[in-house]
Amino acid sequence: MITIYLIASVLIGTGLFFNRGKALNYTLICLFLLVQCAFTMYACLHYTETTANYFTFDSLGLIMLLTATIISIPAVFHSYIYIEESEEMTPRSRATYFGAITLLITAVSAAYLANHIAVVWIFTEITTLSASALIYHHRNKLALEGTWKYVFICAISITFVFIGILFLSLSFVNAHSDDLSYKNLLLHSSLLNSSWLRLAFLFIFTGFTAKLGLFPMFTAGVDAKDKAPGPAAALLSSIVMCMGFVGIFRIYVIVANTPLLHWASLVVGIAAFLSLFIAAVYMIKVKNIKRMMAYSSVEHMGLVMLGMAAGGIGYYAAVLHIVLHAFVKSSLFFQYNQLYKVFKNKNVYHIGNYFKYNTTGAMVVLFAFISVTAMPPSGMFVSEFLIFRSMFEANQLLLLIVVLLLLTLIIWAFAKSIFKILFIPAVNFDESTVPVISPWRSTSQFILLGGAAYLGLNPPIIFVDLIKTSIALLPH
Amino acid sequence: MLHVLLIVFLISLFYLSIANRMTTYVNVLAMQGILLFFVAFFELKNINTLNLILILLETVIFKSLAVPLFLKYILKRNNITREAEPYLPNFVSLIITTAIVITTIILSNTMEEGKLDKMFFVVALSTLFTGLYFIASRRKIITHVMGYLVIENGVFVLSLAVGNEMPMLVNLGIMLDIFASVLILGVFLNKIGDVFKDIDVNQLTNLKDY
Repeated sequence: MITIYLIASVLIGTGLFFNRGKALNYTLICLFLLVQCAFTMYACLHYTETTANYFTFDSLGLIMLLTATIISIPAVFHSYIYIEESEEMTPRSRATYFGAITLLITAVSAAYLANHIAVVWIFTEITTLSASALIYHHRNKLALEGTWKYVFICAISITFVFIGILFLSLSFVNAHSDDLSYKNLLLHSSLLNSSWLRLAFLFIFTGFTAKLGLFPMFTAGVDAKDKAPGPAAALLSSIVMCMGFVGIFRIYVIVANTPLLHWASLVVGIAAFLSLFIAAVYMIKVKNIKRMMAYSSVEHMGLVMLGMAAGGIGYYAAVLHIVLHAFVKSSLFFQYNQLYKVFKNKNVYHIGNYFKYNTTGAMVVLFAFISVTAMPPSGMFVSEFLIFRSMFEANQLLLLIVVLLLLTLIIWAFAKSIFKILFIPAVNFDESTVPVISPWRSTSQFILLGGAAYLGLNPPIIFVDLIKTSIALLPH
Repeated sequence: MLHVLLIVFLISLFYLSIANRMTTYVNVLAMQGILLFFVAFFELKNINTLNLILILLETVIFKSLAVPLFLKYILKRNNITREAEPYLPNFVSLIITTAIVITTIILSNTMEEGKLDKMFFVVALSTLFTGLYFIASRRKIITHVMGYLVIENGVFVLSLAVGNEMPMLVNLGIMLDIFASVLILGVFLNKIGDVFKDIDVNQLTNLKDY
């Protein structure tokens, strides 16, 4: 089935690249959404089955696939609005944009489900390619700079992952098997040579941080989200980050089943703490609202990884948190385009009194702010609380106190900008050019935010079961 | 013979670290491609002909002909000055490269005895870190790209070390090489040359958190 999905998506993607007609473009992208939904349905119905040798519909892959499909529908809708209202739109840029979106969603979905580390790696490469086309959408100097930095850092990061795979194969020579699938690695985890495995984990972890948006390779993602169009940035800060998480999670499961668990959690914890620290420092300083949202993603990925490092209930909280973050952050990025349309500026100094110009949009920003800073009744309050609990249970009280202080700083910095945007009038702002924005365009954001709150506060049993199965292989 | 080739490869890194002219960088990269072919030829004993042809195409045709020619074309077309313009003096570069090599040798001695030839490990890792050092210490974007190509060469050496057990990984390495080089060189260096007249990383500092 996945072969059919991949072939169909690639055909649709190439069709989009080469057909510049408007009607045909939108027919094809709708067709792709249908294919994506049908594939997700198929995956749900064939839970735990393996298809085409290299793909398994396991619980973690399924959670992420569902998240990706749910987010991709509003992403395409907002892309439609964005492209049609853009002044620079040409048939060529539209075709490239939608072709790249198709390729990105397909590659990310396949990477979630892949059960072989080399296959994950291949699809990670493809996301770099398609994401770079999205970031370069505006074709100006700044977009080129953002794209160049993204491509270069991602190229280095995938090289790192590849080196990690090579070391992994070296640590695996005692097992007399050349199958690097996760299942086989887990089966032979007692035979893995620990010093090679250490190197392998370091390189694979560092490589995937570029996609996850964690220290040390977070910079590429921040620049990319700043320069990419709003809906594309939403995809980059939700489903692509989930892909980085899946890449790290699957190798972490293997390392956790060897005596290296303690060491690996230390590595992950240090990277996570530094990410939080960097996010706090930059968020106090940054005035560009889009970059501020991107740094907020860095902060949340730091929290997710702190949960992973702490263990226990932290594993559950980490998976929950990354799913909720994907919903909340993508809705914030979808809303960003309306904000930009009103003020024609990203700088907080030139944005203000948003409630006056677009009440519905301002409500989305307010609710998204409440969700993203994990204030109750946000769903992320639950997951963040569980992460803190896991750190408390792991006896990391000092770290917890520092993390809470950093989070306070982040909330203060974020709130300062968001309340400025919502309530304080901007200086020298010409009100006569403010366009009227239909409140209906915010529907998807409300649904995503509401969905995040629902999943956090009252998760359906099936969702809890899926998360529990996906972390079952980790030692508790 | 294998070790001689690998040591020559290592020496080429030292040469790169003190090279001044851009053409020297291109020539050393071309030479490394040839060296890699012979390393692959001697190391991979039970390899089928098709795979060997693929490796030949990758190392000789791609690494030492296509990429250097393309780099020279870019140098000429964008009127890039001949100087490499490092941030640090060459002498310091040489010391840092030496330090990297010594560190990897010490690191290789701490590794538990595996089936890996330590020479491969030392050469591959020191190439990797030297490439990263080149990226960090050179001013021009094109030298960053060359630093990346050096890293790719190091990765190729490492993939050859496991090539006898897992030939698939060598092919994956080739795929990475071609994919990333085409993406970086073909698409973006061309574009950057068109948009920014004199390519210098100092021009790529407009995305910042003000």
